Parts: sequence; structure tokens; C-alpha cells
Amino acid sequence: MSEATSQKIPVTVLTGYLGAGKTTLLNRILSENHGKKYAVIVNEFGEIGIDNDLIIGADEEVFEMNNGCICCTVRGDLVRIMDGLMKRKGKFDAIIVETTGLADPAPVAQTFFVDEDVQKNARLDAVVTVADAKWLSDRLKDAPEAKNQIAFADVIVLNKTDLVNKGELAEVEARIRGINPYAKLHRTERCSVALADVLDRGAFDLDRILDIEPDFLEADDHDHDHHHHDGHDHHHHHDHGHGLKHYHDEDMQSLSLKTDKPLDPNVFMPWLQNLVQVEGGKILRSKGILAFHDDDDRYVFQGVHMMLEGNHQRKWKEGEPRESRLVFIGRELPEEAIRKGFESCIVS
Amino acid sequence: MKEFAPLPDSTSIVSVTDRVKPVALGMAVTSAHFLGPRAAFVGGEENVAFVDAKGEITRVAVHSGGILSTASDGKRLVMGGDDGKVVSLDAEGEVMLLATDPKRRWIDAVALHADGAFAWSAGKTATVKSGKAEEKSIEVPSTVGGLAFAPKGLRLAIAHYNGVTLWFPNMAGSAEFLPWAGSHHGVTFSPDNKFLVTAMHEPALHGWRLADSRHMRMTGYPGRVRSMSWSVGGKGLATSGADTVIIWPFGSKDGPMGKEPAMLAPLQARVSVVACHPKNDILAAGYSDGTVLMVRLEDGAEILVRRNGTPPVAALAWNAKGTLLAFADENGDGGLLEL
Repeated sequence: MSEATSQKIPVTVLTGYLGAGKTTLLNRILSENHGKKYAVIVNEFGEIGIDNDLIIGADEEVFEMNNGCICCTVRGDLVRIMDGLMKRKGKFDAIIVETTGLADPAPVAQTFFVDEDVQKNARLDAVVTVADAKWLSDRLKDAPEAKNQIAFADVIVLNKTDLVNKGELAEVEARIRGINPYAKLHRTERCSVALADVLDRGAFDLDRILDIEPDFLEADDHDHDHHHHDGHDHHHHHDHGHGLKHYHDEDMQSLSLKTDKPLDPNVFMPWLQNLVQVEGGKILRSKGILAFHDDDDRYVFQGVHMMLEGNHQRKWKEGEPRESRLVFIGRELPEEAIRKGFESCIVS
Repeated sequence: MKEFAPLPDSTSIVSVTDRVKPVALGMAVTSAHFLGPRAAFVGGEENVAFVDAKGEITRVAVHSGGILSTASDGKRLVMGGDDGKVVSLDAEGEVMLLATDPKRRWIDAVALHADGAFAWSAGKTATVKSGKAEEKSIEVPSTVGGLAFAPKGLRLAIAHYNGVTLWFPNMAGSAEFLPWAGSHHGVTFSPDNKFLVTAMHEPALHGWRLADSRHMRMTGYPGRVRSMSWSVGGKGLATSGADTVIIWPFGSKDGPMGKEPAMLAPLQARVSVVACHPKNDILAAGYSDGTVLMVRLEDGAEILVRRNGTPPVAALAWNAKGTLLAFADENGDGGLLEL
């Protein structure tokens, strides 16, 4: 992580459908003996109240940016609150933004991409989604908000696992994976998850893309040749996973692309830019590691809807396969067109 | 001002840095004002620091948290805090509690009228208190971004998302709404009461000619405009946000429509704060690299007040006579310059 990045205040976005257990997780984070102080931006006062932490009430105000792009929305109240919080720099170590149960996480995330002043002082750490093991499967059918929150997540806390049996748990996990196979998933009762699993994830840090999740692009290959390093849950999951149902959510999917041939940056960059301009409304998240022709540096990028950021990350290591890998999570993704477009970027 | 005499063929800029009385405030500073003979530096939280002509510092506690908004009429400061309080501070250093938000919400914006009336906002609600009259409140469609009193009459401009609401608190009936898409933050009336200008969330200003609500778009900034200051007589509006001071012409009845702004004092740094001199066509500009310049509007001649190499300049103020300039950077290192 660069020095400039590490000095910025990390912001965790805490989302989840009504009743999933957001407040329980928030209280757990705040009451644990971690010696850190948080500024917490909540929608309703009263449910939490911990000494030493700054609790700020917010009205979720979603503003369109004046740049003609309808999916470029930001949380206007967050811009204002971040401004005010920066006057108290040094009084807290991290910020947690709790959204309402019906909120789309995109405007929150985009606030940290678009606003220059916010970006100077804070960095988005991760989107953490709390999901109710008992009711999520139903909500995925009838509540588009719940689906958005799962698709957008870097970390999913699958809560209330004590209220379901093994089969139901496997079912809801399969549904989650059908939408977002890349998020870290933690099964919990009463949100008892290690803080290190939800805080300081660096999920939006270009330098840490894939470093923390070495398998995140392979999880969707369906080849069952997995090498998971992220805990016992997955080992268990896949050891017994041959009979596992693979749900393909009818409108929200992930798409992963891979090639071991070098890409032409002069074709790829305009293609990617154009893709997110045209399809950005459908693409919720995108990430990638790229190997460009005649370039000894890895290029990494990530995006939220139409907003992209990317950079040369580091030299390819000796012996490291120079592969390009991309992931899109979105709604009704035009898979064929994306695959064809990607293939046209390969140097022939 | 006789000091303003840069040599015509000099290669280096005229400097008065050796005449500055340095002031180390030891706290983060967000703005500066003069209350009587003393400069008042408003801290990021809790305190205001008075500095007298000798450079002596007296701190006064005003809020129990962050100080979010400040307005001054030269006689007193009115401030809003994240403690939900509106307080005033006068030249003698006396603090008065003016109002408390019942829900302890942040006081995001304050404004002060020449006749002593004041206004504040919390969330979507703006409230005015004028003399002995009761408080009057108005709710706007989204959180208030900025407040300003018109120079004439008791009229309040309330900036918010997608426009500005103009409200006469003492008149029944609906308030006037000036629409313009986008999020509006700072707001200011021209001193002649003919124009209203907002600083938007995007890097642009928007203006309205009040007689006919005609729009004026002022764009081209690389960064958000956080500081606006009317030149003496209101002929120009000086602004931060670019690597030069941008001054929009408001001398004619059409304002800046179809005209180019003046661009003065370019540096390799962004202008962070501007303050026009109260009597002469001169302004002071602070930059993101810590530089402070005095600039003559007529020809852009510059005098160096403070060198670069520090955090951004956060505060600049002239006293009413225009004989003292106070400044400070974000970390509270500043100075006083007597002209």
C-alpha cells in the first residue's frame, strides 16, 4: 500500500436488507476492545450509542452528478458529512457508513470516486453486506435492493445461520455465489465475525486487488480445481460440493474473462472505456489484472458502474504467468458482446 | 497604497515576507475574521484564537466539537457546530449561546445580517432570528448547502440540491425558487443586490440575475470553488478553485454573461482562499502550497506575503480599514501583515 493511501481514513460501507443484522454487527464492531475510535454515519439515532465514537445522523440524499451520466449518483449528505468530519481529523481512526436496508450501495461507493475532497482524505475500504440466512433466498426473488447489495459486496456476513438447516444454508450460499462468487463469505450467528474479516480489507485498494483474494477470479471457472486459501468454509464447501447446485440468477450475474495472450492497450483501453460508458448502468462492479503487450508491469483496474480507476501496479514476477483476468458483476450483462470485445483486444 | 510598486523590469517578485509578524496558533484553522482590532482565527474544532497587533494569542472556547460554519459582520462571529449549537463571539471575547438544535443535529450553515439578524440550518431546515421577533423556520427539499442574507431587506438565500430558495421570513406566502440542476453549496449576493451566485459541488459557479432569474454559468474550474469574495464596490467576484485567481466581472447589468473572467496570479498550485481588500482594488490569495500573495486587480501585479512549502492556506482576512491582513494555513501557522 502506498503511503498516501495508508494515511487516508478507511471507510467501511455496511449494508444489508431490513432485519439482516446490520445494527448487531455495528454494535459488535463498536463495543469490541480494539482501542480504535470510529466515526459512524447512521440513518437512525438511538439504536446505537457508544462512548468515544462519533455518531452522525444522515439522511440518504442521492444526488445525480451534473455530467449527463444518470448512473453517476453520489450521496450528497456524505459529501457534507465528510467535509465536517475532516475538521475533527485525528479524533477517529476509521469511518463506518451504515446504509438503510433499501439502499443501493453504488452512490455511497461512487461518492468516494467522484468527489475530489472526499478522495483526498478518505478511502473506501470495503462494502460489507449482512445477509439473513433464513430470508435472503426469498428477498433475492422479490427485492432488487437485496440483490444489489449482494452483487456489490466485497464481504458478505451470512447471519442467523442457526435459524436454518444444512440444506437451507447450502441453498442460500449457492444463490449468493450465483450472483457474486468473489466476495468473502462468513457464516455467523448474531454477526459474530472477527473484526479483521470485515474491517481494513483494502478491497478498493488497487495494490491489494487479488493479493488478498488470490482465488477470486478463479472461483467461477466451474472446473473444481480450486486452491482456496481463505478459510475452512470453502474447503468444506468444495470437498462436498460435487452435488452442489449452481444457481444462475436470471438477471444478476458475474462474468469472468481470462487469456494468457498479451492484450493491446491501445485497443483494450478504449474498449473498456466504451463498455462502461454504454453498459455502465448494468455493470455494478468490475475488476481486472492485465498483461499488456511489451509491458513488464501488471496493470490493475477496478470500477463501479461507469467509474474506472486503474494503474500500473508492479513488475510481473519471474515465473508468474502473464495472464489477463477480468471480472464483471452486473445485471443482464451482454456476455457474448463482452467476450467478443475482449478477444478483439488480444494481440494476434 | 504606496507599497504596491513592483519594479517594472524586476525579474523577482516584490516581497514583504520580512514584514509579516508570524503567528503560531497550534490548532487547525478554517477561517479568519477581524473583530475590532483583533484577528479571530476559527479553529477546526472547539476554539477561536484572537491575535492582537502585538501577536499575542488568546484562545476562547466556543463549541464542544467541530466548528462547521462561520459568519462575521466585523462586530461578532456567529458559528455553528457539530454539537448542535449556534453561538456568537464578540470583539471582547464574550461567547453567547444563540440557539440549540433540539435533536443536536449538525449546524451546517450560518449567516449574519448587517442589522443583527442571523440564520442557521440543520438538515433541511433553515431558521432565522431577527431582533426580538420569534424564530421562523422553513424547510427546503434537501439538506441546506449554504445560507446568505441579501444586502437589502430581510431576505435569505438557501442553497440546496437543484437550486436556491429565496425566502422573506417576515412575509407570508411561498418562497421563490431558483432552479438549476446539481448540488449547490456556498451562496452569495452581489453587494448591489442584483445577482445571486452559488458554488456548486461540481467545479463551477452558477448565477442568477435576480430581476429576471436569468442564468449565468461560470465553468472551467479544475476544482471545487470553496472561497468567493466580492471586490470593493462589487465589480468583480474573486474565486478559488483554479491555479490562478478567477475574477468574474459583475460591473455591468448583464454580469459575466458572454465575458471572460480575469485570471490573475498564476502559480503551480491551486488557489485555496481569496479575500478582497475592503477599500482598494487589491486582493489577497492563499494557495494550496502555502503561498500568500497580494494582487492588484488592475494589472495583476503581485507582492509576496508568504512563501510556499507548507499546508494549504485556509484563512485570509482584512480588517475593516484594510490596514491589516491576517492569514493562516490549515495547521494554524499564520501571520499578520500591517500595511
